[in-house]
Amino acid sequence: MDYWNESVECIDRQQLERLQLELLQSTLKRAYEQVPLYRTRFDEAGIKPEDVKSLSDLRHLPFTTKQDLRDTYPFGMFAVPMDDVVRIHASSGTTGKPTVVGYTASDLSMWAELMARTLCCGGVTKRDIIHVAYGYGLFTGGLGVHYGAERLGASVVPVSGGNTKRQVRLLQDFGATVLCCTPSYALHISEVASEMNVSPDDLRLRVGFFGAEPWSESMRQELESKFGIDAIDIYGLSEVLGPGVGSECLAKNGLHIWEDTVIVEIIDPETNEVLPDGCPGELVFTSIRKEACPIIRYRTRDISSITRGRCECGRTHARISRITGRTDDMIIVRGVNVFPSQIESVLLEVDGIEPHYQIVVDRKGGLDEIELLVEVSPSFNISGVRELERLGSTIRAEIQSVLGLSVRVRLVEPRTIERSSGKAQRVIDRRKL
Amino acid sequence: MRVSQISVFLENKSGRLADVAKILGDSKINIRALSIADTSDFGILRLIVDSPEQAVTVLRDAGFTVSLTDVIAVQMPDRPGGLAAVVEALGESDINIEYMYAFVTQSEEHAVVVFRVEQLDEAITALTARGMKLLSGDDVYRI
Repeated sequence: MDYWNESVECIDRQQLERLQLELLQSTLKRAYEQVPLYRTRFDEAGIKPEDVKSLSDLRHLPFTTKQDLRDTYPFGMFAVPMDDVVRIHASSGTTGKPTVVGYTASDLSMWAELMARTLCCGGVTKRDIIHVAYGYGLFTGGLGVHYGAERLGASVVPVSGGNTKRQVRLLQDFGATVLCCTPSYALHISEVASEMNVSPDDLRLRVGFFGAEPWSESMRQELESKFGIDAIDIYGLSEVLGPGVGSECLAKNGLHIWEDTVIVEIIDPETNEVLPDGCPGELVFTSIRKEACPIIRYRTRDISSITRGRCECGRTHARISRITGRTDDMIIVRGVNVFPSQIESVLLEVDGIEPHYQIVVDRKGGLDEIELLVEVSPSFNISGVRELERLGSTIRAEIQSVLGLSVRVRLVEPRTIERSSGKAQRVIDRRKL
Repeated sequence: MRVSQISVFLENKSGRLADVAKILGDSKINIRALSIADTSDFGILRLIVDSPEQAVTVLRDAGFTVSLTDVIAVQMPDRPGGLAAVVEALGESDINIEYMYAFVTQSEEHAVVVFRVEQLDEAITALTARGMKLLSGDDVYRI
C-alpha cells in the first residue's frame, strides 16, 4: 500500500488530536477576528475562541450553514484580504444565490496535497493517465482533481464533462488508466461506450474515483463490472474544500477524512446534538488549515457515520461511511423517510432493468403518491405483457418489503430518462406543500 | 414450422408507433402482420416482417427494447367456423394460447392466424396431426 504522505496519513491518533486542537484554536481566533459573521455568532452564543480548550469544546460552537454563505455573498466569509486570494470557486446557485469560496496559494497547495493522497488511496501513481470528466470551471470537481493529479505527477487529461462520444474515444485513444467523474456520468459513459462497440477490454481503465453525488454499493458493483475497474468513493464539497475532503482506499471500507485539515462530527439533524461514533447522522466539518475561507461546524446535510479505528491500509484518520443520502434530499412520503439511494439499491438487485430511474412524488386527494420511472433493459425479453407486468410487480414488491413503501412503477423505454453529465436529478417533487 | 415474431416495447406516448413504422420503412422492411397489446402504461407491438433479423437490428440501434419470439402461423379457409376448428384442436391438447392475431391474405381465400403458445412443439404436432396447414417463416414473410 502506497501513501502520499505516510507520516501524516498514519500518524498516531494522540499526536493527531494535539495537532488538531492547536490548528483549531488558531483557526477560531482568525475566524473571530476576520469574519464578522463568526464574531457575531460567537458573541451571540457567549463564547470566545479562547474558551475552546479541548476538541470536545467544539460542540459548544455555533453551526454554519449554506444560507450563511448566501447571506454573505459574495466575499463575506473571506478571512484574508483579496490580495491573498488566488482562486475563487462557486456553487451553481440553482437553488438560490451561489455560495462562493476563495483559496490562498497555500490553500490550493494543501488541496492538491489532499487530492494526491486521495489518488494514492486508489493505488494511482505518476505512471497513470488520469481522465478527468468532472466539470471544470466554478465547480470544484474538475480543477480540484486536476491539481492533485498533477501534484502526484500523473498525466492528466482535462476533458471536463459532456460530449460523451468524445470522452469514449479519448479514453480509448489515450489509454487512460484512471477515470474521475460523477458515478451517474460514469454509467452513462459505459452505455455510450457499448453503443460505440467499445468494450472494457478496449480500455485500459483500472480505477475510478466517483463522487459529488450519493451512490450505492450495488452501483459500485455495476461500475466495477461494466468497466473492469476498482470504483472508489470520494467525498468533498466546496464549502469545506472541494474533492479531496475524504476518500476510500482500496479496502473500500469507509472514506478516510484527512483529519489534519478538518475536524469531522456527526450530529442529530433534529436535536443538533453530537452523536457518538457509529451512529448515523448529519456530517459537520470544521476546517483547521484553510486560510481564505475558514469554515466552522459546517452543516453538510449529508448523512453518514464515523469510525476511528485504524484501517487495514494502515491509515489512522477517521473514516466516514458512504453517504446514504442528504437531509434535504430526503423525501418524506406518508411519514416514511425515503432516500433516493435506498430505491437505487433495490433497483440494482432486479434483473431486466437499467439503473436509471426517477422518483416522482405527487399529492393526489391529500395523499402522497410515489411514481417510480424505471428503464427496461434493451435486452429484456418482452414477448408478453405478462413478463413486463411481472417485472413491474417485482420492483413494487421489493420496494415495499425493503422500504415499507408502496410505489407505482412505470416501466419506460431505454434511454428516456434524462442523462446528466453532472449530478443526476433523481427526484421530482410535484407536491404543493 | 416456427415463425419469428418481433416484439417491441412501447411507452404509451404519442409518436412512438410512428417512429417504429418509419424506421422499418426507411430500412425497406415490409410489415406482414401486426398486433398491439396494451396496458395503461405501455404497449407491446408485435410484428411479423419480411426480414426479422434486420428489423431487430435497426430497431435496437434506434434504442428500442426488442425481442424475437417464436410463434406459429396457421392457414385456414376464410369462412365461418375456420378459427373454431383450430382453437378446438389446441384446446383438446390442453395447449394454452397466450395471445393470437389474424390477418387475411390478399389473393387467396385464406386467413392466417398467428398463435403464441408455451408448448410450441406440442401445438405443431396437434395441428399437423389434424391436417391443418402450418406456414413456415418463409411462407409468411413472402405473403
